[in-house]
Amino acid sequence: MIYRTPFPRDVFAELDRLQREMREAFDITPSIRGAARGGFPAMNVGGTPRSVEIYAFAPGVDPSAIEVQIEKGVLTIAGERKVEQPAQDAKAAVHIDERFAGRFRRVVTLPDDIDANAVEARYRDGVLHISIQRKQAAQPRRISIQ
Amino acid sequence: MTDTARKTETPRHEAALLPPVDVFEDAAGITLYADLPGVPKDRLNLQVEADTLTIEGEVTLDMPEGMEASHAEISLPRYRRVFTLSKELDADKVAAEFAHGVLKLRIPKAEHAQPRRVEIKVL
Repeated sequence: MIYRTPFPRDVFAELDRLQREMREAFDITPSIRGAARGGFPAMNVGGTPRSVEIYAFAPGVDPSAIEVQIEKGVLTIAGERKVEQPAQDAKAAVHIDERFAGRFRRVVTLPDDIDANAVEARYRDGVLHISIQRKQAAQPRRISIQ
Repeated sequence: MTDTARKTETPRHEAALLPPVDVFEDAAGITLYADLPGVPKDRLNLQVEADTLTIEGEVTLDMPEGMEASHAEISLPRYRRVFTLSKELDADKVAAEFAHGVLKLRIPKAEHAQPRRVEIKVL
């Protein structure tokens, strides 16, 4: 008896390929600290030859209450977000409740070449921007030929 | 969405992030909070047309020259969210405050809803 697949092509192989392509397209590299995607604050990380740039999207958080720490090459951003609630009365109702409230902590592993003493953090429009310089020795240098 | 709601500055087809919101209702009206981190005040666009409320904002970050992103959770430079208002809300009296990336809208209850651009109050 000849087995004939009911599908014109191997669907499972197709699904596998699709999943792999999705992963590549979104560049999700699994980290030992877990897939933190979806946590608060949302984070974007980027870099230049001179610095590492971290953006933490933490709207409505008192900047003085955010704790930023670098220890052993790991950056930690922690704090608490208090979400305002309007005065409760008999007719009050909550229709949508999606915004994050409560304590948060997020951790990012930093590259080896950063200078933990040259860090700048700014809070603007609800975004905490942390800029960390790379060590001088690690920066690309042009070598002149004699 | 009605056709009138499409006449906004940003074309509808552009992909946008859906900002998280909280919506509370009390006897006098509705209060809406939306998280729009990274949007400066001048890039926030609020519109009430007929019974449609549109919240739009463009993300602007200070990025050093030549920066390459290695991980992005806010992967689009835009937020957009559209709500349908019910008839008893007074779109003429919408009050908006925007600070630290959080938008607060207060929509009182009334009889009619008319097209109107919402002014943003800076804190």
